[in-house]
Amino acid sequence: MAVELLERVGELLGDAVIDSHARLGDATVLVDAGRIQEVLGALRDSDLRFNVLMDLTAVDYLGRNPRFEVVYHLASVDTEPHGTDPARLPHRLRVKAGVLEDPCEIGSATSLYVSADWMEREVWDLYGIVFKGHPDLKRILLYEQFEGHPLRKDYPKERRQPLIGPLN
Amino acid sequence: MVTAKKLEPGGKSDLHTDHQILNMGPSHPATHGTVKIVLEIDGEQIVDMEVMVGYLHRGFEKECESGTWYQAIPYTDRLNYNSAILANLSFCMAVEKLLEIELPHRCLWVRTLAGELSRMGDHLTRLGAACLELGAMTPFLYGIEARELVWDLQEMLCGARVTANYIRIGGLQRQVPEGFEDRMAQSLMRIEQLLVDFDKLVTANRIFVDRFRRTGMIPAQRLIEYGVTGPLLRAAGIPLDLRKAEPYLVYDQLDFDVPVGTIGDNYDRFLVCQEELAQSIRIIRQCLPVLRKTRGEPVDVDDPKIRWPAKDRVFGRMEELIQQFKGVTEGVKVPAGEAYSAIESANGELGFYIVSDGTGKPYKVRCRAPSFMNVAPLREMMLGGMLADIVPTFDMINMIGGECDR
Repeated sequence: MAVELLERVGELLGDAVIDSHARLGDATVLVDAGRIQEVLGALRDSDLRFNVLMDLTAVDYLGRNPRFEVVYHLASVDTEPHGTDPARLPHRLRVKAGVLEDPCEIGSATSLYVSADWMEREVWDLYGIVFKGHPDLKRILLYEQFEGHPLRKDYPKERRQPLIGPLN
Repeated sequence: MVTAKKLEPGGKSDLHTDHQILNMGPSHPATHGTVKIVLEIDGEQIVDMEVMVGYLHRGFEKECESGTWYQAIPYTDRLNYNSAILANLSFCMAVEKLLEIELPHRCLWVRTLAGELSRMGDHLTRLGAACLELGAMTPFLYGIEARELVWDLQEMLCGARVTANYIRIGGLQRQVPEGFEDRMAQSLMRIEQLLVDFDKLVTANRIFVDRFRRTGMIPAQRLIEYGVTGPLLRAAGIPLDLRKAEPYLVYDQLDFDVPVGTIGDNYDRFLVCQEELAQSIRIIRQCLPVLRKTRGEPVDVDDPKIRWPAKDRVFGRMEELIQQFKGVTEGVKVPAGEAYSAIESANGELGFYIVSDGTGKPYKVRCRAPSFMNVAPLREMMLGGMLADIVPTFDMINMIGGECDR
């Protein structure tokens, strides 16, 4: 099923797709980061109807180029009523885009999915990836005075930055 | 404080009519855990508000990356501490997906039962606390009495009442103890009784209905755009339930219904949660005969590289002792790759996106927390509403600080 979905996604996105796989049944496409808004828009508005951005996160592959990968988990939820039947979730898709260490930025999905707002703020907060076009990109889980981005692999786990109390 | 001044002699009023800024939280009895809401109010009406989360951030992902795969399981307990088993389950299912292993038949049934038990604990807390925070102490006590019964059963299963640490990669922490099924059947009867009493006390109560009816409403389409799942979405009329949409464990063999609301106000959310409790009891009743029938069958995969042998074998035999030593010190070697796996938790889709680099440690453990996604639309739900409506709306969203802030 994932393979068929990938074929349809490949036709839809054309040369924006760099790589794809369906390992473990998770349909995955790696796309051109410069065209991420175009890609997400096409997936949302086509007949595949990826209407929910379930999850948005990033992974830091330190030492690799591009260093970061922003990962989107899309889902297509059938919101049409079917009598007493529960709603269907016909397909899911994972979209990945590589982000360089410098410039560490990618287009924002906030104009397409409202749910991207808080999740992009979280990725900015913890990984330091800038989402261009985000209306209010500021820290969400950590406090404003915090220095650095803790989920980067080169951020030492032992480092303490308390607002009050002793430093280590 | 805004105070009214005397009327001017000319008849023109000199009342202060400026908007007022009010901080609600971070430490407020109605904000479970800690969340700060900055409100701009005009009298009692909400003009604008900002929800600030993160006060309970403990670096869940960073901590997971520094230990072995097994060592991440107790951290998942501390995400949503109302339904710890469901978080254990979601994490272990993601790892098992990467390992590509098949679980024993009995394990699937016990996991289903434990998950539903956990869901009941979560819903009972939510419903009870919602009443308490509106000033109704008595229904809370009924809810908590039922939750105590749930926690007693959970204690029988795994020795802990709150932070269960019950599900293991490739199995369960231990076998189900003798007499569990009978105790469970008895407790369910008592819980059902308590739910009836709770229902009589609250659901038709005039004050309660006035506080819940037509408050905190938001169109279903907006909820979809916000990525909201779980009882909130179902109360708005979209019957999305992963247990039906993407059946995992043994849900495809079980008979249960997905309750939905009509207009998606707080009252609908309350009713949906009440009905889900009844459905959970129904599911557990279907699991019990299977548990009785399969007693004695293994609950762990038979592979010492994934799940180390049971203690009675470890203490008596050399080979198993070595296997346990290796299992504890090195942990399970998860093949390199990535996987996303999601379950229907008490609050919605609880998913884990994990990346392994083939060493014994997680490279990345991302928790897709339903609480985080569900609390984002709070601002839109409350705009134009009354200050007092925040409390019931916040209760029905059931934002759990540990899971939201991770």
